[in-house]
Amino acid sequence: MGNATLQFLLILILLFVIAIPLAKYLQLAFSREETKLDRFFAPFEKFIYRVAGIQSREETGWKKYALSLILANAALLGISYVVLRVQNFLPLNPGKISNMESTLSFNTAISFMTNTDLQHYSGESGLTILTQMIFVTMMMFTSAATGLAVAIAVIRALSSKGKTIGNFYQDYIRANVRVLLPLSVILTILLVAFGVPQTLDASTTITTLEGKAQTIAMGPVASLESIKHIGTNGGGFFGVNSAHPFENPNAITNILQILAMWCIPAALLITYGLMVKNRKQGWVLFGSMMAIFLIVLTVIYCAEQAGNPALNKLGFSSAQGSMEGKEVRFGIPLSSFFTALTTAATTGTVNNMHDTLTPIGSLVPFGLMMLNNVFGGEGTGFVNLLMYAILAVFLAGLMVGRTPEFLGRKIEPREMKLIVIALLIHPLIILGPSAIAFMTHLGTDAISNGGFHGISQVIYEFTSAGANNGSGFEGLGDNTPFWNISTGIVMILGRYISIIALLAVAGSLTQKQPVPETIGTFRTDNATFGAILIGTVLIIGALTFFPVLVLGPIAEFLSIR
Amino acid sequence: MNSQTKNQSMFQGPIVRQALRDSFKKLNPLIMMRNPVMFVVEVGTFITLLMILMPGYFGIQNQMGYTIAVFVILFFTILFANFAEALAEGRGKAQADSLKKTKADTVAKRVNEKGEIEKVSSTELRKGDVVVVETGDLVPGDGEIIEGLASIDESAITGESAPVIKEAGGDFSSVTGGTKVVSDSIKIRITADPGESFLDKMISLVEGASRQKTPNELALNTLLITLTLTFLMVVVTLLPIAGYVGVHLQIATLIALLVCLIPTTIGGLLSAIGIAGMDRVTRFNVLAMSGKAVEAAGDINTMILDKTGTITFGNRMAAQFTPVGSATESEARGAAVLSSLKDETPEGRSVLELSKSQGFTVDPAPYEQAEFIPFAAETRMSGMDANGVIYRKGAVDSIQKYVQELGGEVPADLKEKSDQIAGLGGTPLGVSVGNKIVGLIYLKDTVKPGMKERFDELRKMGIKTIMCTGDNPLTAATIAKEAGVDDFIAESTPEDKIRVIRDEQAQGKLVAMTGDGTNDAPALAQADVGLAMNSGTIAAKEAANMVDLDSDPTKIIEVVSIGKQLLMTRGALTTFSIANDIAKYFAILPAMFTVAIPQMEALNFMNLNSPTSAILSALIFNAIIIPLLIPLAMKGIAYKPMPAAALLRRNLLIYGLGGVIAPFIGIKLIDLAVGLFV
Repeated sequence: MGNATLQFLLILILLFVIAIPLAKYLQLAFSREETKLDRFFAPFEKFIYRVAGIQSREETGWKKYALSLILANAALLGISYVVLRVQNFLPLNPGKISNMESTLSFNTAISFMTNTDLQHYSGESGLTILTQMIFVTMMMFTSAATGLAVAIAVIRALSSKGKTIGNFYQDYIRANVRVLLPLSVILTILLVAFGVPQTLDASTTITTLEGKAQTIAMGPVASLESIKHIGTNGGGFFGVNSAHPFENPNAITNILQILAMWCIPAALLITYGLMVKNRKQGWVLFGSMMAIFLIVLTVIYCAEQAGNPALNKLGFSSAQGSMEGKEVRFGIPLSSFFTALTTAATTGTVNNMHDTLTPIGSLVPFGLMMLNNVFGGEGTGFVNLLMYAILAVFLAGLMVGRTPEFLGRKIEPREMKLIVIALLIHPLIILGPSAIAFMTHLGTDAISNGGFHGISQVIYEFTSAGANNGSGFEGLGDNTPFWNISTGIVMILGRYISIIALLAVAGSLTQKQPVPETIGTFRTDNATFGAILIGTVLIIGALTFFPVLVLGPIAEFLSIR
Repeated sequence: MNSQTKNQSMFQGPIVRQALRDSFKKLNPLIMMRNPVMFVVEVGTFITLLMILMPGYFGIQNQMGYTIAVFVILFFTILFANFAEALAEGRGKAQADSLKKTKADTVAKRVNEKGEIEKVSSTELRKGDVVVVETGDLVPGDGEIIEGLASIDESAITGESAPVIKEAGGDFSSVTGGTKVVSDSIKIRITADPGESFLDKMISLVEGASRQKTPNELALNTLLITLTLTFLMVVVTLLPIAGYVGVHLQIATLIALLVCLIPTTIGGLLSAIGIAGMDRVTRFNVLAMSGKAVEAAGDINTMILDKTGTITFGNRMAAQFTPVGSATESEARGAAVLSSLKDETPEGRSVLELSKSQGFTVDPAPYEQAEFIPFAAETRMSGMDANGVIYRKGAVDSIQKYVQELGGEVPADLKEKSDQIAGLGGTPLGVSVGNKIVGLIYLKDTVKPGMKERFDELRKMGIKTIMCTGDNPLTAATIAKEAGVDDFIAESTPEDKIRVIRDEQAQGKLVAMTGDGTNDAPALAQADVGLAMNSGTIAAKEAANMVDLDSDPTKIIEVVSIGKQLLMTRGALTTFSIANDIAKYFAILPAMFTVAIPQMEALNFMNLNSPTSAILSALIFNAIIIPLLIPLAMKGIAYKPMPAAALLRRNLLIYGLGGVIAPFIGIKLIDLAVGLFV
């Protein structure tokens, strides 16, 4: 335990060291005013504007912003689908990998566009090097940039009064050029330094000890790994993702990857405080989410460390914890941390198999994806958290005898309608398709372990798709038209509905005259609000999914203990 | 409709009986649709009824008892919610009925084009008609006095039995239909068509007929519908998911789970809270034109108050005796007291009171025969001639002239000292004995007792107070400091008020103000909450969104409290309702699954008797919490002015934490009782 605590503490300290300056950098990078960053980045950006034919960088209202976002994403989706369908004919295909099947291409293109990276294929055998580089890597940047742009636009709207919330293309390009690209370059160099390969060779052939020849798949792994985590994408170069020794060779790369996927979602909360000119606002959100995260981290660590109850009953020693499906080089602490964080930040990268987590341990990735806001994915986590914050304000704000206001802006029927759309869609796209899957053979045939664990497998798949996480519970035979199409639709709805709804909320709030704060105002920058926020997230978020969790992991736990 | 009958008990016999009848009428699905949360319960109840009627079709022959129990509890859940709403409406209706009696058709004496008087029914009167109302007549409709002066008994509207004087011209010219002229005769121009009069408006308001959902209610309703849809989704999808592991859930149990999870408590009480909130304002003798106005009152950031009549009494009172010339203070005081000994005006009384408070009284016995000289416009003095000594008090220049006429001298320091008093915003009165001026009385506008404390309360709520007065800045500052208001505007004009309101509103603040004159009307309309005095002009009343029937401007402070209380009650009961779900889950979920999955018994933390008993107990708790909370919904939760942070902590503890814990205890207790039967 002491060893684990030390490792956790080290990661937390490093997070603070990175996130605080990063938060200030984000504020600067997306500033409405001219900054010293412009001098350095403007030439690159001007080049991109010219190439892309973007003429206007005028700020727009939320509708135009959302429309630009959809158009940009839809265009990339179309290109990606085509690339996947014809990759066999394109260059850089030394492995002679064939074209991707249509429903799988549909699923894969959406998966990467929505920052989900749910992979119903195995990277080394399903994609060519060109596809990995052009499609996967490009989508990893653009999907992360989309999320980041949305978060920044929403914060900008909350921190100012006016009709516009920003220019999507400007935010989008700045997110790529000023944030994602520099961070990826730094991380790639670090990863290469610690042993991650970066080459254009598809594979290398070696002679094993038995004298036989073995082909080992390789490629530009380090560069993909860096944006995979920095952009909270999670789509691995190899099928087993960050459990693969080339993707994640040792504890140091493991910690680097943890920090990489955590730094932007965490920094955004601080940036929010900076931009609304009340740092405490940001720290309250940060603190509340950190509190939830530390609680669930403790749960998963203790559950995994305690070992599998069924095996323990048979007399096996639980001293090593439940190591099934985990890498010895990471051990229980770093595996638990990775699992908690990859689902909190909805990255979906895995360094151990979630299918073999203990039942109580598996509650953690379930819970975090179902809440979808404990730090959350690039930008979207912030947006979802904001939805809960507004909800918390609405419920508790009345109790001070004023109609609810958030950052001085009244929460009225229009905002509430938009918020509830976002609130409703998440359980709908998880529970609805799950129910359909259980009603048809198309769904149940994919389940590899029946009973309560089978429920977990199906629910996990849709939860992961709905939360745009992308991690797999594995064990589910999911490369079928049913799963490809259903999860594809779920991923689209899970991503864009809440983004559009919250952009609309931001657009509406930014036009309201803020009410000045008095002693009679409900404050959102203190510990009381933090507690209310945690309560709202847990009660509203958790109550929705409690029954299926009872039938899945909890029933499994009760039946094997 | 006086204040005694207004404090009627919440559960009066006839009102309760009517509410019981209405609870059944409201079962009509078309009416129920307006409340989606309870409509879902009704649909669930209907399904269980079908199951009871056609047990074979649903295959529940061996669960008849259980299904009937679920049906009965669900049915009562709806009735309880209907009863809450009906009760709140009933109280308003009772009030409306008593008002309708006032509205009885009266005979009006209309003046036709030829100037002759013709008798017509009051319902035939139209805007612009001129009528004559004489002693003993009821005023046939709302109007403005165009000729004459009369004392009018307005008790039918205000509950205040002392008649008020109304006269043509100025700010006291409006009369309300249904009031009674007790002396003299007036000519009125009717200003409202039948059905649009103040009384009509009042009746429809208290009846709740014109009630529209407020923005906050709409927003909350949206959230409640969403929670209902969410849980509907949870329960419906549970059927196939549980089916996969061989758990076959009973429809009645799923309905029970659904009803327990959806926010029925707040869903059932929401409209009752709104109606009761309006009702509290009405009972307070303030007529709010909309629920929105009451809610806006809770949001007020700035309150603009007139000095005279609101913060101060308006009549000036003695505050100090200042000797002049060679006289001592006690001489000055003595002369002032004797000059006022028989003076019954408030000013005269205040001189005696001030002297008494300084420990100096005069035995009136020797002066019984003395002659009182009342105040007259020509002399601008009053006083007493006693045993040949002339005591006078009055305007300084009048006294000065008077003693000079009597051959007296004017003390050298008189001008300086009287200017000093005027500079402080006071009115100096000269006091003379014979032909000698002995002193000055400093008359001052007095702040009403308790105002300072109320402004402190407002400050605690985060409300800024601004005092408006026509006085000079020095006087205004003195009163402002004494009353404890945050800011003041001296020498203010009605335009100043509008400017201040606009300035505050531009900063996003919500502003409340009171007013009665026609020149207040634009400001009343501009303010977010405008409280007009019933004694005021029609223009003012129409511009405002609230009318105080008692014409007491300080009541705006209480209106703010009522608004806050309404919002808090809504928030507290919503929080309570949602927090209850945790316990209900732990009662029902293990019970649902234990039959098929025996290990689930481990989740039965509450150690409830049996699955059936657990489900029924949760459902019973869910039903009876509604009537148990009706008194709270009607009265509103306790509210004392305090900072938001303290208020929030307190309410969170009671309704948030209490909402989590209470159902655990409640369900356990009900389970113990149910266990005796099941």
